[in-house]
Amino acid sequence: MEIFVSIIIGVLTMCAVYLVLSRSLLRIIIGTALFSHAAHLLVLTTAGLKTGAAPVLVDGVTEFTDPLPQALVLTAIVISFGVTAFFLVLAYRTYQELSTDNMEEMKGTESYD
Amino acid sequence: MINLPVFPIVIPALAAILMMFMPKRVQLQRGMALGALVITSIVSLFLVHTVSTEGIQTLNLGSWQAPFGITLVSDMLSALLVTTSTLLTLFIVWFAVHYFSDSYEGNYLYIAMLFLLVGVNGAFTTGDIFNLFVFFEVFLMSSYVLIVLGGRGVQLRESIKYLLVNIIASALFVMSVALLYGVTGTLNLADLAMKIPLVDNPDVITVIGVLFVIVFGMKGALVPLHYWLPGAYVVAPTPILAMFGALLTKVGIYSILRTYTLLFDGNGDFLQTFLMVLAALTIFIGMTGAIAYNDVKLIIIYNIMIAVGVILYGISVNTQTSLEGSLYYLIHDMLIKAVLFMLVGMMIGITKSGQLRDMGGLITRFPLFGWTFFVAALSLAGIPPLSGFFGKLLIVSGGMNEGELFGPLLVLISSLFVLYSVMKIFLNGFWGEAKREYDGPLAPYTKRLIVPVFLLLAIAVAYGFGAEAIHPYITQAIEPLVNPEIYIDAVIKE
Repeated sequence: MEIFVSIIIGVLTMCAVYLVLSRSLLRIIIGTALFSHAAHLLVLTTAGLKTGAAPVLVDGVTEFTDPLPQALVLTAIVISFGVTAFFLVLAYRTYQELSTDNMEEMKGTESYD
Repeated sequence: MINLPVFPIVIPALAAILMMFMPKRVQLQRGMALGALVITSIVSLFLVHTVSTEGIQTLNLGSWQAPFGITLVSDMLSALLVTTSTLLTLFIVWFAVHYFSDSYEGNYLYIAMLFLLVGVNGAFTTGDIFNLFVFFEVFLMSSYVLIVLGGRGVQLRESIKYLLVNIIASALFVMSVALLYGVTGTLNLADLAMKIPLVDNPDVITVIGVLFVIVFGMKGALVPLHYWLPGAYVVAPTPILAMFGALLTKVGIYSILRTYTLLFDGNGDFLQTFLMVLAALTIFIGMTGAIAYNDVKLIIIYNIMIAVGVILYGISVNTQTSLEGSLYYLIHDMLIKAVLFMLVGMMIGITKSGQLRDMGGLITRFPLFGWTFFVAALSLAGIPPLSGFFGKLLIVSGGMNEGELFGPLLVLISSLFVLYSVMKIFLNGFWGEAKREYDGPLAPYTKRLIVPVFLLLAIAVAYGFGAEAIHPYITQAIEPLVNPEIYIDAVIKE
C-alpha cells in the first residue's frame, strides 16, 4: 500500500512541477495545489498506512493508526487552502491590473520606482 | 511566571485580533499597535532577565509533557532574538505612523505587522519542528498581505513570484518534516536531538538536513535560492521593506542555526562543507550586487545577502567563538538593516527617485539625517567600535582557529565591499551639489521621521559600545548550541 501511494506522490509531484513551470498563472496555481497535496500524502505515508482500531479510545489496542500525522496533515491542509485562496485572488487582481496572465510578460526589468 | 515564554506571541496576537474589529479607526489602531508593542518589549526584556538568572524557560502547552505536546522553549538565543524583533517592530511601526497616509493605514496595515511579529516571535520560541512550520506560515501570510498592500502593478507582479517561491518552500518544509517524522517518530526538537544519533542509516539524515537547508535557505535568500529577493523586496514600501529585510531573512538563518547545531551537527562533514560553500557563494553574489547597482534600495538589499552569508559562515564553522560571532552579528544586522532601509526610504521620499544620479547634496538641507546615515553606514561596514565590528571579529577568529583561511578572508573582503557600497550612497546622495529642488512627499516630514530611526541607531551604537556588557548573554545563548545536552535537559525533564 505504501509503495502504491508513493508512486501516486511521485506522479502528483511530477504534474505539479510541470504545471508550475508553465506560463499561465492559473496552471501555476493548480500546480502549487497539487504540490501541497503530494506533501500531505507524504506525511501520511511516511508514518505508515496501517489499518486497525482508533488509538486513544480503547485500552489494550495493539494494531492502531498513528494519530499524529493526521493532525499534522489537517493543519497543513488548512494552511495550504488559505494560501491557495489568497493566491487565486491575487492572480485575479493582477490580471485586472496588468491585463495578462502570462508569466513571460511579467518579467521585471523596468525601473521599480 | 511559568507562562512567560508565550507572552511575546500572545500579546501582539490579541491586540491584532481586537484591532480587526475597527479597521478604519486609524488613530486608535496606531495607539493600540504601539501600546501592544511597548508592553511586548517590556515583557521580552523581562524574559531575557529571567532566562539569564533562572536558565532556560519551557512551557508545555496544554500541560502535555514533552515530547508529546507542543513545547515552547525560551533559551537565551530565542529570548534575545524575540526582544530584538519586538523592539524593531516598535520603531518601524512608529516610523510607519508618520510615513503612510491615513487611507493606507486603514487597510489592516498594523494588524498585518503585528501578526508578522507573532509569527516571527513564535518561530524563535517554539521547540517543535512542525510548530515552526505553522509559525512560518503565520508570518508568511502576513508578509503576503503587507507586500500586496497598495496594489500597484509592479507590486502585484512581484508578489506573485514571492508567493510562488514561498508556497513551494512550504510544501518542501512539510515534506522534510514528514521524512524526519518517518525516520525518528518525533517532532520535538530536543527529542529529535536525542533520537537522530540512534538512526542506523545516517545518510537519510544528511538528505533530510539538506532538504531543511533548502527550505530555510529559500527564506534566508541563500545563493542559489535568492532570485526572488531583490525583486520582491524592492517593490515594498519602506517601513514594510525594513520589516522584511530585518526580520524575515533572519528567521531563515535562525532556523538553520537551530536545526543544524541541534539536529544535524554530528552528521559528518558533508553538511558543514555544504553550508560553507553556500555561505561563500552568498557573500560573493551579495558583493557583486551591492557594487553593481545604483538604486539605493537595491544596494541595501544586496547587503542583506552579504550579511546572511557572513552569519551562515559563522554557523558552518560551528565553534563557540564563531557561533557567538554569528549571533552577535545577527542581532547587529537586524538593527542596522532596519535603520538603513528606513533611511534610504526617506532619501527616496525626499528626492522622488531611487537612483543615485538624481540625488546629491542632501546633507546641507538635512544635516541630522545625513550624519545618521553616515554612522549607520560605518556601523554596517563594521568600523570599530560600532556594532558590526565585534561580530565579524569573532566570526573571523573562529574561522582562523579552525585553520580556515579562505572563509575569514572572504568575510574581511566583504566588509570592504559593504563599505564601498554604502559610501557610494553617502558620497553621491548626501555630499556634492543638490541636483534640483527636492520636493518629494516626505521632505516636510523629515524631522518627525528621523526620530524613531535615530533612536534605533542609538540602540545599535549602544549595542556596539556595550559589547563587553552584552557578551555574557551571548555566551549563555550559544552554550546550548554547542552542548545540546543543556537544551535537551531543560526541555525533557525526567
